[in-house]
Amino acid sequence: MKRSSVFLVIAGAVALVLGIAIYLHNTTIAVLDPAGPVALGEKNVILITLFLCALVVVPVFVMLGVFAWRYREGSHAARYEHHSEWDHYNWIAELIWWIIPSAIIFVLAIIAWNSSHALDPYKPLQGDAPAITVDVVALDWKWLFIYPAQGIATVNLVEFPAGTPIHFYLTADAPMNSFWVPQLGGQIMVMPGMTTQLNLLASRNGDFNGFSGNISGEGFAGMTFTARAVSQSEFDQWVASIKTSSAPLTQASYSELAAPSEYNPVTYYAPVDDVFSATVMKYMTPGSAMMESMSGMQMTQ
Amino acid sequence: MTDHQHTDVTLSHEDRAADSTTLFGFWTYLMTDLVLFASLFAVFAVLRGPQFGGASIQNIFSLPFVLFETIVLLTSSFACGLALLAAREGKVKGTIFWLCTTFVLGALFVGMEVHEFAGLVAQGLGPSQSGFLSAYFTLVGTHGLHVTIGLLWLIVLIVAILKRGFSRGNMRKLALFAIFWHFLDIIWIFIFIIVYLTGSL
Amino acid sequence: MNWQEFIFGRLSWSVLPQNAIAWGGAIFMIACILILVGVITSFGAWRWLWREWLTSLDPKKIGVMYLIVAGVMLVRGGTDALLLRTQQATSVGNSFGILSATHFQEIFSAHGSIMIFFVAMGLMFGLINLVLPLQIGSRDVAFPFLNSLSFWLFCAGAALINCSLLLGDFSTAGWLAYPPLSELVYSPTTGVDYWIWSLQIGGLGSLLSGVNFLVTIVKMRVKGMTWMRLPVFSWSVLGSMSLVVFAFPILTVTLTLLYLDRTAGMHFFTAGGGGNMMMYVNLIWAWGHPEVYILILPAFGVFSEIVPVFSSKKLAGYTSMVYAIWGIVGLSFLVWLHHFFTMGAGSDVNAFFGIMTAVIAVPTGVKIFNWLFTMYRGRIRFTSPMLWFIGFVILFTLGGVAGVVMAEPPADYELHNSLFLVAHFHTMIVSGVLFGYFAGLTYWFPKFFGFTLDEKWGKRAFWFWFLGFILAFGPLYLLGLEGATRRLDHYSAALGWQPLFAVAGVGAGMIAIGFCCQMAQIVASFRKRHENRVGNDPWGGRTLEWATSSPPPSYNFAQLPLVHARDAFWASKHSGVPLEGQFEDFSMPKNTGAGIIIAGFIFLLGFAAVWHLWWLLVLGFLGAVVTLLIHAFNDDTEHLVTASEVMHLEAGLRRTPSTI
Repeated sequence: MKRSSVFLVIAGAVALVLGIAIYLHNTTIAVLDPAGPVALGEKNVILITLFLCALVVVPVFVMLGVFAWRYREGSHAARYEHHSEWDHYNWIAELIWWIIPSAIIFVLAIIAWNSSHALDPYKPLQGDAPAITVDVVALDWKWLFIYPAQGIATVNLVEFPAGTPIHFYLTADAPMNSFWVPQLGGQIMVMPGMTTQLNLLASRNGDFNGFSGNISGEGFAGMTFTARAVSQSEFDQWVASIKTSSAPLTQASYSELAAPSEYNPVTYYAPVDDVFSATVMKYMTPGSAMMESMSGMQMTQ
Repeated sequence: MTDHQHTDVTLSHEDRAADSTTLFGFWTYLMTDLVLFASLFAVFAVLRGPQFGGASIQNIFSLPFVLFETIVLLTSSFACGLALLAAREGKVKGTIFWLCTTFVLGALFVGMEVHEFAGLVAQGLGPSQSGFLSAYFTLVGTHGLHVTIGLLWLIVLIVAILKRGFSRGNMRKLALFAIFWHFLDIIWIFIFIIVYLTGSL
Repeated sequence: MNWQEFIFGRLSWSVLPQNAIAWGGAIFMIACILILVGVITSFGAWRWLWREWLTSLDPKKIGVMYLIVAGVMLVRGGTDALLLRTQQATSVGNSFGILSATHFQEIFSAHGSIMIFFVAMGLMFGLINLVLPLQIGSRDVAFPFLNSLSFWLFCAGAALINCSLLLGDFSTAGWLAYPPLSELVYSPTTGVDYWIWSLQIGGLGSLLSGVNFLVTIVKMRVKGMTWMRLPVFSWSVLGSMSLVVFAFPILTVTLTLLYLDRTAGMHFFTAGGGGNMMMYVNLIWAWGHPEVYILILPAFGVFSEIVPVFSSKKLAGYTSMVYAIWGIVGLSFLVWLHHFFTMGAGSDVNAFFGIMTAVIAVPTGVKIFNWLFTMYRGRIRFTSPMLWFIGFVILFTLGGVAGVVMAEPPADYELHNSLFLVAHFHTMIVSGVLFGYFAGLTYWFPKFFGFTLDEKWGKRAFWFWFLGFILAFGPLYLLGLEGATRRLDHYSAALGWQPLFAVAGVGAGMIAIGFCCQMAQIVASFRKRHENRVGNDPWGGRTLEWATSSPPPSYNFAQLPLVHARDAFWASKHSGVPLEGQFEDFSMPKNTGAGIIIAGFIFLLGFAAVWHLWWLLVLGFLGAVVTLLIHAFNDDTEHLVTASEVMHLEAGLRRTPSTI
């Protein structure tokens, strides 16, 4: 290789590393900056898996580099083994590279089993206080959060006390969606006519970005929301202020809200009718057969 | 003596190899058809579930009617087998007779199925009424469509044998048709059991 | 329905393009077609084209045509990619980029569909057509007419998806069109119907090819080529075609059911009415997962041919490699749920599929180790095929790690549908499938054209693709970890994602330059073809295709080889035992226009199905059936080539019998 090319490559690599370092210094990597136990557990799974894979990847890269360099045509340093074309099957090497990856996969399998059960989105969490229930309706193209116990509802903002588990029940009045707050935990798919669940908990106060993880039409990119963890007293004050100053969420105002709109601002409602159950049932009217028997899909009571 | 025509048994090595290749190819295609039906069965299994106020399998068909359909189709398959035997013995008239019987019975099967579907639609139980009905019509209807295509193939085959007798090409086509026809029979048996019998229990 | 609705269906003036970029695409496509037609006419070449190419049943010609169509579709898919990158680099905060949200969604849906169905499948079937018959010592495939029909159905599908540039819109539901977004209520226009029918027709061609090549390998290997003497590329094709035969009927069913939902008001996948959208996701991925292994296995096969030749050493662990192929084939049917861990199937089910997904990494890893050990104590030449291989090992390993990470369900709960996922699958497909087929094209090009491709441009192309890929997709891994969902047409400035998208855009531009280098390579190679002329064995090959002339005669081998060992050609070269058998008579298929005509009618059928022109649908169907019947009753489909004719032909080309 020409000296100038080597120089260029090294300069390029340095520039790249510098650029990455500067960029990383100024930004949050949400998935690697967990604010709750679920996200923390998921991040640990990612890191452990990366480490285990490195046990295979590093030798592969080393071998690639060494073999490509040492056995290149024109290098007389290394042995060229074309005479032993027709003999010895290197079964030791074969054994090694079947067994070691299999062993790593075996460990990964155990991790998969244990972590899938430990981090099951349906599993209720233990926190400083009893869980708060939030019903979520994915609409075109915003998120409606209903707090049945508190009698309020919000659009594009879900606020709750830090340290308290939140038990989400989710449905959609829109195409297939996905509810995702990366710093609090993984996402869950949200579908019309069905109810699913997600359990999250924030260990510290803060504003966390929420996204929709599945395309649902034209306005899907605007379907972002904020998950805000505050102290218990701040939360109580927030609920109280909404109750005093908001319009009610009735079937009629819900229908207005459900009409397609994008980039909705945060809005509040109080009191609230049970639009959640009504929305789920809307897709199961008799006269058209039901989809009761979906195996593995857990339904609302 | 005159309606006998000896099938040409002196096939060259190349001819035999070509026949074996065609046969293997046809079986491979048939396996893809099997996967197609398996997918439709899976769809039916998912969508057949308990119905709330809509139609379910019990109230949309009559078992005697379906049983008769089944006998018709099975007899049609039997007739096809007899046709193949006659062809192997070089009997043109016998072959044509049994092929026509196969056709008539097959057409009767399709006619009965169309009648059943038309009746359901008239009652307001067409395929667009529910997921279950969509799955039912599509599974049973796809089978019926295959049978119809088989019937058209059969007409072409009968015409070919009338025109050119038991040439190598015609013998091969007859063998392939017979395999196809028996395959559809087997699929129907699965439909009969999975859709109708278990539904009426 | 009045007579206008009956004749024109959903067509109307309003289906023409609605904005400047859309018009740009349509006009460019029409211009290309007109220029092509003009050039052919000016050369008076229509008759020649029809006789020599369009009606040919020679797999070598069909292969070249597949590659040309795949290349053209790569231009469209790549242009889509550049538009997507530009949008995502500029649509931040108060700016909404160059595309509307709907147009952006159409473009990424088209990009994915085109790249998978018409670029990757086209490259794959092109290479298989060219190489497979020669590698197994056969003169042709099992069903030559079916081969032609498959190609023209592939073209009909490609033509239909390109129609959407001019008439109507395309699907906005992504390359797999999940319902209920793809149902009529949320996608009322023709977009999803175009998607359904171009995939259905192209998919039918693929299914028929699957049957064809599977039967070819089973039934038409030359005498002496037992199973364990079969070249690894041919083994990988057998594995891939087995997957095609099992997986594609599922796609056929799923597309049909979605069309019935949309057109006949049925309720397979609708929200409500008894439909089950989760069933669609299961069905489409039961096809979709095997599909990606269908694409990658022959690419692995290509590397298994290239690494031994350019290391001047036999492939390490042949038996392992064969078992690994079948391990991958079997396992690929047991992992499909990993595409939707987040759909809520429960921990037991998720864990099972996660474990199976991790398991499939084992045979894949075994292959990489065997390739590396082929290089060990070899004598390696760094030709551009070897460069593509090395780029593949580096990128594919890293992308594979990302895959194993997401195979753990809790990790996938975070990363599903993020740009981390997008980066992963692009890494696998670009560095695996594309690099593999590029390497194969370079390696086998001299066999089919008689001269080598220009190495200088080839190496430039490699570096632009390799470095461009790192810049284009490296940032996406990071973006996914930062919470960036896929398919976003706009995002908030506060998220700080724009610099990464900008870098990704630069990378995409570099890849585009890489593609231009490949075009330059083709031009330069044709210009220098006399200098770069080669004989039958330019690389020191090991398998049978290198035993015949470059380019081969239409009948592939003057005398069919007799095989005595694995790597039969290499064995013959080094043992002195000659390869060729006797001169003998054989039949070759005659040209026929039935393939292109039937596909033409099927194209009309597809177009009619999209636009609800029921009269045209019936016409298209009847035309196809009648043509098929006419062909079926045509007994004059082969011509005999006698041994003495072959001897004369070979002598005339100044090739004596003893040097095949």
